[in-house]
Amino acid sequence: MQWNSLVTQLFGPYHGMREDGDFLQGEVIFDGEPIAVIGTTNHAPIGVRLALAQARVVLDTVAQHPGRPTLLLIDTQGQQLRRRDELLGINRAMAHLGASIDLARRRGHRVIGLVYDQALSGGFITSGLIADACYALPDAEIRVMRIPAMARVTKLPEEKLTALSQSNPVFAPGVQNYVAMGGVRALWRGDLQACLREALAHTPTDDRRARDGAERGGRRLAAAVVQRVLDAA
Amino acid sequence: MISYAECSARERLALLLDPGSFHEWLPPSERVMSPHLAQLGVPSAFDDGVAVGRAMLDGRSVFVAAQEGAFMGGGVGEVHGAKLVGLLQRALRDRPAAVLLLAESGGVRLHEANAGLIAVSEVMRSLLDVRAAGIPVLVLIGGANGCFGGMGIVARCADYIVMSDVGRLAMSGPEVIEASHGVDEFDSRDRALVWRTTGGKHRWLTGDCDALVEDDVAAFRAAAIAAIDVSKPLTLEALEQEHALLTKRLHALDTIDTTDRDEAALLWSALGIADARQVPELSVEAVRALRTA
Repeated sequence: MQWNSLVTQLFGPYHGMREDGDFLQGEVIFDGEPIAVIGTTNHAPIGVRLALAQARVVLDTVAQHPGRPTLLLIDTQGQQLRRRDELLGINRAMAHLGASIDLARRRGHRVIGLVYDQALSGGFITSGLIADACYALPDAEIRVMRIPAMARVTKLPEEKLTALSQSNPVFAPGVQNYVAMGGVRALWRGDLQACLREALAHTPTDDRRARDGAERGGRRLAAAVVQRVLDAA
Repeated sequence: MISYAECSARERLALLLDPGSFHEWLPPSERVMSPHLAQLGVPSAFDDGVAVGRAMLDGRSVFVAAQEGAFMGGGVGEVHGAKLVGLLQRALRDRPAAVLLLAESGGVRLHEANAGLIAVSEVMRSLLDVRAAGIPVLVLIGGANGCFGGMGIVARCADYIVMSDVGRLAMSGPEVIEASHGVDEFDSRDRALVWRTTGGKHRWLTGDCDALVEDDVAAFRAAAIAAIDVSKPLTLEALEQEHALLTKRLHALDTIDTTDRDEAALLWSALGIADARQVPELSVEAVRALRTA
């Protein structure tokens, strides 16, 4: 879905969101209360610059608007694959973005991620995946790598991976698989305003993803292994 | 002198911690293994490539995890990640003096890609919980596989990073960047370029690691002991400082023509390092003395 169409559905035609290159930002009013919205578009690669731009808004929100809920709108092709970004410490910039969102959460800001188009590994891990919880639209796509590329890297036959992806959510792209594994809390269908309202009211602030993955059958071991380490003699 | 890079994860644990003090949780004898690798017909490991437990360091109680680079490049799968999360949650409950992470990883294990990605983010959140509780998390990086991908981000979420000059810390590996944007963007076989871009000396000069040591297990042990009480709370003020530092660095090369020049040396110069071009030739001790802040 186009970001403009999404925020129009969520916040009406006078939402006030701004687009600056691949970066989205705005203060919207929802149910009479202000929400900070931060996002990317055009399947943006997340490099140092875009990671810092997002962190800036998060830190400003924490400093100037204590407690204001924050919505992260996610559309990314993953981290920027450039030598200059590695030289400049892209991993440190990503960690800074993640730590900023984490600080907001600890200070009582409700932070909600929404994958509205595409989410990939490095661009996703310090945004939606470090929010209180992440949601997705049904036609969004989430993955680490496409199956042909995965076949090359792992040296496993593409047919085998494709076949396994039918039965095991671990291998295949797709928001439904991320829901089954607990990585995405729920899909937003139909009335998006109602979905946001529900998320703002009921998103947990603790990390429930491993338990959700076990209950939903998509990630059967993680929660049990965590518990075994906690209980080990 | 025993090379840290050439040690296995378990050899590192044996040599770095107080002798005989490592007590492992979910040891290989319990065979807590990846169900996904078996399904793919790929060999599994009885510990899924990571050892976790408690130990003593210089007489202090610590929790520790060591990733085994020889198994799937230290890649994080569902079980591997859950062992790390369990260790961190246990640290939050039992409050050891510190948590040590002997990181060696290519990041998410692609054979279980989706589960690995979520697992790394769970590690990140639980690590930040431990750090917020005032329990220092120390990351040691000196294995042959470096510390990449999601684990490169996890490392930078910790209180303190110790690196050797042969260690590497980054996000995307040079091979991935070369495959994506060509050999002119990043020649992955140019070892000197790879180390100038991701290696321990570079990370020391930029402040991305907090201690630079020789490739020596005893040096890692000494650095870990020295840092065991270093807790750096992530306050709004601390994050504003970090933001200012990264913003300044982002623009450090803006006004410099870098065409056909060594960008790493230009960046070091811009950061105030004297004789930046000599850095790759210098000893660890000499490079340690160069850092200005």
